[in-house]
Amino acid sequence: MSIRLGGIIAGLAITLVLVLWSLAPGVYNFAFGPAPEKQPSYAFYEHGEGPANGFSFDGAFGKWDYAQLQRGYQVYKEVCSACHSLKFVAFRNLQDLGYTEAEVDAEAASWTVPGIDPATGETTTRPGEPTDYFPMPFSNAIAAAAANNNAIPPDLSLITKARHDGSNYVYSLLTGYGEADPAKAAKVGFETPDGLYFNKHFPNVNIAMAPPLAVDGQVTFADGTASTIPQMATDVAAFLTWTAEPSLVERKQTGWFVIGFLLFATVLAFLSYKQIWAGLKPKKG
Amino acid sequence: MSFAWAKQYQPQSAFTKWLDEKLPFPRLVYNAVGAGYPVPRNLNYMWNFGVLAGFCLMLQIVTGVVLAMHYAANQAVAFGTVEHIMRNVNYGWMLRYAHANGASFFFIVIYLHIFRGFFYSSYKAPREMIWLLGVVIFLLMMATAFMGYVLPWGQMSFWGAQVITGLFTAIPLVGEPLQVWLLGGFAPDNAALNRFFSLHFLLPFVIAGVVILHIWALHIPGSSNPTGVEVKQESDTVPFHPYYTAKDGFGLGVFMILFTAMVFFLPNALGHPDNYIEANPLSTPALIVPEWYFYPFYAILRAFTGDLTIPFTGIVLIPAKLLGVIAMFGSILVWFILPWLDKSPVRSGHYRPLFRKFFWFGLIPTMAALFYLGGAHAEEPYIMLSQIFTAYYFMHFLVILPIISQIEVPKPLPFSITEAVLGKDKAAEAPRAGTVDGTDAGTATDGSLQPAE
Amino acid sequence: MAINTADTSALSTDEGVRRRDWIHIAALSTAGVGGASLLFPLISQMAPSEDVLAASSTDVDVGAIQPGQSIKTTFRKQPLFVKRLTPEEIAAAKKDDAADMRDPATLASRTKEGHEDILITMGVCTHLGCVPLGAAEGENKGEFGGYFCPCHGSHYDVAGRIRKGPAPLNLKVPEYSFSSDTVVRVG
Repeated sequence: MSIRLGGIIAGLAITLVLVLWSLAPGVYNFAFGPAPEKQPSYAFYEHGEGPANGFSFDGAFGKWDYAQLQRGYQVYKEVCSACHSLKFVAFRNLQDLGYTEAEVDAEAASWTVPGIDPATGETTTRPGEPTDYFPMPFSNAIAAAAANNNAIPPDLSLITKARHDGSNYVYSLLTGYGEADPAKAAKVGFETPDGLYFNKHFPNVNIAMAPPLAVDGQVTFADGTASTIPQMATDVAAFLTWTAEPSLVERKQTGWFVIGFLLFATVLAFLSYKQIWAGLKPKKG
Repeated sequence: MSFAWAKQYQPQSAFTKWLDEKLPFPRLVYNAVGAGYPVPRNLNYMWNFGVLAGFCLMLQIVTGVVLAMHYAANQAVAFGTVEHIMRNVNYGWMLRYAHANGASFFFIVIYLHIFRGFFYSSYKAPREMIWLLGVVIFLLMMATAFMGYVLPWGQMSFWGAQVITGLFTAIPLVGEPLQVWLLGGFAPDNAALNRFFSLHFLLPFVIAGVVILHIWALHIPGSSNPTGVEVKQESDTVPFHPYYTAKDGFGLGVFMILFTAMVFFLPNALGHPDNYIEANPLSTPALIVPEWYFYPFYAILRAFTGDLTIPFTGIVLIPAKLLGVIAMFGSILVWFILPWLDKSPVRSGHYRPLFRKFFWFGLIPTMAALFYLGGAHAEEPYIMLSQIFTAYYFMHFLVILPIISQIEVPKPLPFSITEAVLGKDKAAEAPRAGTVDGTDAGTATDGSLQPAE
Repeated sequence: MAINTADTSALSTDEGVRRRDWIHIAALSTAGVGGASLLFPLISQMAPSEDVLAASSTDVDVGAIQPGQSIKTTFRKQPLFVKRLTPEEIAAAKKDDAADMRDPATLASRTKEGHEDILITMGVCTHLGCVPLGAAEGENKGEFGGYFCPCHGSHYDVAGRIRKGPAPLNLKVPEYSFSSDTVVRVG
């Protein structure tokens, strides 16, 4: 009895404290206090839907489009890699994109990676080897910030997993640059600060990255695909999906096999269970 | 202990006879989960989750031990070794996704297991000890899961460690030194990461130990059942094997299908994108939330926004931060006294009209709301809502349950489990090979009752 | 029919396998297959990971090595001995080509044509994996003037062939090629 009495007293006390000291002031403020200020940028943000036709790897049966991944790699190499690292990806991984071993060797050698002079032990540079990882464009975070208006360009290895709906986000961000509607901006007192760029798909719509894909034809694709801005954005978003999750397609394919097996096993388990219980069940009616 | 009619283990071969004399392990298994353990015949699918929880624990231990072969608990490389597992280790991605989603599924199973206990009052005498040990397991699981989430050393890991250890700073006087002691520094770093790894490895084995006590305690009175009427006679029970091993096998299959669907097709859906960004002590993510399974308790923590003051004097009795921490821990600790708060002699919610209304229209919506609110931004109207639902949460356990157990008129109970399953007439035919003295004889019969499954 | 009591006699195996038991056998065997296949990822995760397996190669500049000198470098995280033989050593090694050896090999088979003064071997004793002495100045070269493993007393001759002691095989010669007259690419 005393536990219950104590419980009732404690429960009423907690509720009283919560209602009188937390809820009541909150309700009062909500009803009579000033409306909470919202950042003017909220009026401009739009969720990015990604490319119109989606990606080849979308859905439970999705597959890589290797030509697209190779084009995306080309966009990364010629555009993004000036500022963004890809530190968890090694050149040898490029073989997953459909390059042959010799092509990977050549591709690795086209990059310059930090090395050590075998004679003097001094730091130097050398051509990359397949086992090397993509080099860092800046020697450290301070150098990266200093060269980029105080905004450190994030590593792109995992970018599509580190953002909500990442593949679509990357596509939308690359194609979301433009101007804020001037009338609307004047009304809410919004302006893009100097050194930043308006991008309706960036969470606070002012991004430090200058539009990286500025003109159609910026990259000349080796396979002859017309390099419009949406095309380049789609391809590099696909490539960055691969860098973030190289096992994506293998994972889905394994998944179908595993689930198929489990369905079979579960049906058998159900039949076995029903048969074991059959003798115990009351007859209907 | 067991019922008088429980079958006895009979070693068949010379070897098992020899073993039974030296180390009767097969006998132990036989009596624990074999044909020697009589179980109520009317358990529904909600009784599958105990075995599934045990499976989840084994799954986490096996995948965890394997992941530890590749992981390094050092803040400089921890994030990289996780990526190494994902990219280089053979089937590393599968093992890591199984471990990460396994934690979520463990909690799904445990929550269903706990709420089955709430509805059928499985916590009541003579099963209080099982319930108490279960709450201990749940607390250990929470600690283990929290420390495991720190190990990938992503942004959420880092800030989760910062915020959760920050809870302890609410304690007057010793709070701040306590946080520094817990972290082994002034912010989460190598010291914290290493001790979290060590404890994350250790605690699952402690959990396994408490699980053994939990099962041991269960075998004293035997399983509860959907009618809440105690076992009276042999016809009320079936042997655990093969009846419930078969049913649990089927349940395990369904569980595995749902689990592998997440692992292979939506492996990151229950996680947070920010944890794929390496920990950065200089930048806090826009929305810090724990993993989804902590949301209700996080909502309770955040519900207390005002200091407890003496009105018009400005004297603070208890600051809001401490109120929140007390309430959050209290929301689980209250489960420890639950067996003594709800004194209704009837166990099953099926026969308790008032209790059932408060369960389905009070507790369940409240938990659903707290699950949602714990993951929402800390802004109105979410704060007000979480305050209302937090108030209901405490009212439900501390005020409503004691009162309704006093005033409620329960529905008539069936005389026995057999009668509940077969109807009164057939139950009368049932040979009563063995009986126990019923202590809670039903008042009347309810012949229309069908088995709950 | 007495359907009430927990009558499990129908499930006992005393009567042998009956027709309606096939479903239990099928279910149990499927579960067994499933459980066994879980072992596959658990076992294979311990095999070398992709980054370890990725073909790696080491460039060695042999131009600066004087006759009679050796250098130690690493190949796949293991020591690699690169030795330039003196004309006397070459002659001694060739003379022993026909000698009675545990693992017969000629000097020519262990060096590249035109570069038979450059001997490249792994610095890993084939007995139990210690690093033999003899590559550095002043180290014990053993009874045959090549390498000597101090762990269990294996003696290798100037061509790295096992001549005495417990080691079963000659020091391993890795795959390599001369990318120029003075640079060797191992691997």
